[in-house]
Amino acid sequence: MPSEITPEHIYHDRRNFIKNLGLILGSSALTTFTNKSFAALNSLPSFAPSKNLDPEKLSSFKDITSYNNYYEFGTSKTDPHDYADKLKTDPWTITFEGAIQKPITLDIDELIKLIPLEERIYRLRCVEGWSMVIPWIGIPLGALLKKISLTGNAKFVEFVSLKRPSEMIGQRDDMLDWPYSEGLRLDEAMHPLTILAVGLYGKILPKQNGAPIRLVVPWKYGFKSIKAITKIRLVEKMPITTWMKANPKEYGFYANVNPEVDHPRWSQATERRIGESLLSPRLKTQMFNGYQKEVAHLYQGMDLNKNF
Amino acid sequence: MKLNQIYIKRLIFTLSLWPILSLSIDILQNNLGANPVEFIERHFGKWTLIFLCLTLSMTPLRKITGISQWILYRRMLGLFVFFYASIHLLCYVGIDYQFAITDIKNDIVKHRYVLVGFLAWLLLLPLALTSSDKMIRRLKAHWKRLHRLIYLIAILGVLHFMWLVKKDITEPLIYAVIVLLLFILRLNILKFK
Repeated sequence: MPSEITPEHIYHDRRNFIKNLGLILGSSALTTFTNKSFAALNSLPSFAPSKNLDPEKLSSFKDITSYNNYYEFGTSKTDPHDYADKLKTDPWTITFEGAIQKPITLDIDELIKLIPLEERIYRLRCVEGWSMVIPWIGIPLGALLKKISLTGNAKFVEFVSLKRPSEMIGQRDDMLDWPYSEGLRLDEAMHPLTILAVGLYGKILPKQNGAPIRLVVPWKYGFKSIKAITKIRLVEKMPITTWMKANPKEYGFYANVNPEVDHPRWSQATERRIGESLLSPRLKTQMFNGYQKEVAHLYQGMDLNKNF
Repeated sequence: MKLNQIYIKRLIFTLSLWPILSLSIDILQNNLGANPVEFIERHFGKWTLIFLCLTLSMTPLRKITGISQWILYRRMLGLFVFFYASIHLLCYVGIDYQFAITDIKNDIVKHRYVLVGFLAWLLLLPLALTSSDKMIRRLKAHWKRLHRLIYLIAILGVLHFMWLVKKDITEPLIYAVIVLLLFILRLNILKFK
């Protein structure tokens, strides 16, 4: 479809242009320029472009939006693309509750105005052994949690997705214990790499990718990055997540990308990069999905074989 | 073989090439989706199971219809099982893993779904090699015993699929039910004529 191809094409062109411009003008001028141009093109508020201007090759918009694991719409990779349009994402609120001073429910529009939007280009590694590179737009979760003052007791953050079988046809089967839920340790949630994404490729987040708002934790397997979030709960005890309930032997709480700890079904040593040619080899999976420098300290002294 | 049987056999042979044709159409129409390697692997895996079920239905069909002609097509269908299983394996070894032997070895040893799939292919080998008239004559009674391996292969093939899927076992269950049904229909306590 031209509507899908054109923006991506412009996107790449613009990136190259920004890159060249950035070399000449420096980064402050760069930010101003892109804010304007993006805002004119999209209905998202302006956002700061990714600081990483020389990333790995981005996965195509088409691949990112047509090859998804989102069981709420069915278990086939193409189901979310085919069925997610039924989901109504407007209006949408997120409730913050649990160990915070004042529980609060925010409209998505209010929420994304609290913290400036940023673009983050991250690798996404699925537990099934494939990966993509996605230009997300979102807000650092940590900055948001700081705004919503915490009390001292919370050690974990629990995320709850939407349960609406009338619009999410996959929920008519008890494939998983709906609504989908996920969790992070508080320090993981506060880590600057952890974001709540509301867009990708400069556009509002497509429904099959978790619109209107989803978590992105780039050093963990994709299933940790819960989609269509409705509740964020600060809790004292480690929450039991949906996949832990479904199969505790295969899915642990941490689910950090780790080539040395195999999943019982899939080798985690290598991965297939989506969008590469039929004849290109698998890539070696990197520890913490390549974010080792940033996040390894969170797990110092932990047995990652046990805390998988 | 009578003339009409030869024509039927040729027709079945031609129809059995459908998986190759349908994949070629998908390739030409750029229909392989975001993960073409997985698409091709699954395509041949699925068709291996389908031909396995077809092969296993010839004996029950003879029993139910009372027509012995079905048996004439069994060997060819069985060889197609081996053919598609080999392409499936070759896709995994050659395209997916690009002959990275250490990685493949680790994958087979560590993951039960890969292991049973590989075992099933290994067990198909002697069956394919002893499928000629000459071998049937040479092996005599042993031939029949050897070829009973197909029941084990069918179980391993379904397990291979069952253990691969993450959560939704609907599709592998369908194959499991068909294979089980085909096993039951062979039982001597069931008389159709």
